[in-house]
Amino acid sequence: MIDWGWIGDHLGAIAGRLGQHLELTVIALAVGFALSLGLAILSARVRPVRSIVIGIAGIVFTIPSLALFSALVPIIGLSLLTVEVPLVLYTLVIYVRNIVAGLDSVPPDVIEAADGMGYTANGRLARVELPLAVPLMIAGLRLASVSTIGLVTISGILGQSFGGLGFFIFERPTFATEILVGAVGSIALAISADVFLGRLQRRLTPWARAMDTQAGAAT
Amino acid sequence: MIAAVTWFSDPAHWSGQNGVPYRLFQHVGISLVSVLIAMAIALPLGLYIGHTRRGQAFAVNLANVGRAIPSLAAIAIVVPFTQALDPGPGFNLYPTVIAMIVLAIPPILVNTYAGVSGVDADLVESARAMGMTERQVLTRVEVPVAIPIIVGGIRSASVQVIATATLGAIYGLGALGGFIVEGVAQNDDGQLFAGVLLVALLALLAEGGLALVQRRLAAPIAARAT
Repeated sequence: MIDWGWIGDHLGAIAGRLGQHLELTVIALAVGFALSLGLAILSARVRPVRSIVIGIAGIVFTIPSLALFSALVPIIGLSLLTVEVPLVLYTLVIYVRNIVAGLDSVPPDVIEAADGMGYTANGRLARVELPLAVPLMIAGLRLASVSTIGLVTISGILGQSFGGLGFFIFERPTFATEILVGAVGSIALAISADVFLGRLQRRLTPWARAMDTQAGAAT
Repeated sequence: MIAAVTWFSDPAHWSGQNGVPYRLFQHVGISLVSVLIAMAIALPLGLYIGHTRRGQAFAVNLANVGRAIPSLAAIAIVVPFTQALDPGPGFNLYPTVIAMIVLAIPPILVNTYAGVSGVDADLVESARAMGMTERQVLTRVEVPVAIPIIVGGIRSASVQVIATATLGAIYGLGALGGFIVEGVAQNDDGQLFAGVLLVALLALLAEGGLALVQRRLAAPIAARAT
């Protein structure tokens, strides 16, 4: 079933696509994080912004990614932006929720103590609230990277300039070897990212280990 | 958007195997079957783990891996195998259904066991002290208290499955994704946006409906608690 010869002949191409996959993912994660931090701080400070942001976030997730990639082509043409805009949009949904939850998780006593010590609102945010929100932010980064890696695979619908490893899934839908290279590669990349960031999460927040089993339950 | 309205108003798009009603029915059917099979696997497993607290690490890891698998890759990876077994549906039906089951298991599993294991320990102890058997503790105390959280898991699984089942159209599974894939291939923006609207609408409908069920089921517990 698997044509090992094809794989041997295409190792260079596979490595190149892996690089592209990582590049597209990292850009989206970085841009998305910067935007989300601003949005989340705004949401934590201004209540109406918060309900709007959370509301939009719920709707974005119902838009099929396949459609979002394709729908932008007639509007902005085919460029790096056509891939990155949807990727960033989906990371926003995950990041903002997690950062807001992180800021919400700061106990009121802590905030009162910070105020008592004479912190200004911005000083309190930078020195007290954001550091305490780090565990949930990293949990957000983990979810966002896994989801982005999966979405880059789907961006192969846009043609051969994109898709990372997903390119191999789209190129010839009846050639098993190529499909498996794209699929197994994407899965391996996503699971490695998840395991790596999970370790980082535990390393940075050893006190949260006891809560680990409770994490992730959506209500 | 106007293109979508024009597309919807053409009666030709409302009949036959490529029409809206048939594809909507296909999409609902595939999503329903996938979520039901996922429930049949994840609910008993989640209840067992939540009640006995055995195998929590297993459930967390399984859920993490399941969540990490890219959905298109999950469909693609089974295509060569199911196609070898059964050329027709093995190419266009089974891969999507299998991938959707894999996608739906983690949220249902995590919410079920987190809901059950999160039930107040005092409550469970007093149920045992009243002479309830383990089965009764589970069915009369733990499940009723945890049911809103369990339904929450089914809700997020359903929304994800409805939005993601569109990918099946890449492998010739019509459903609502068919409008999106054909819209792209034929440069037909009306059809593309019509597909997007239908999928989003269906997902929001499922989300709203299950949120309602969730609130109904939570109400009697909240009422008794006060």
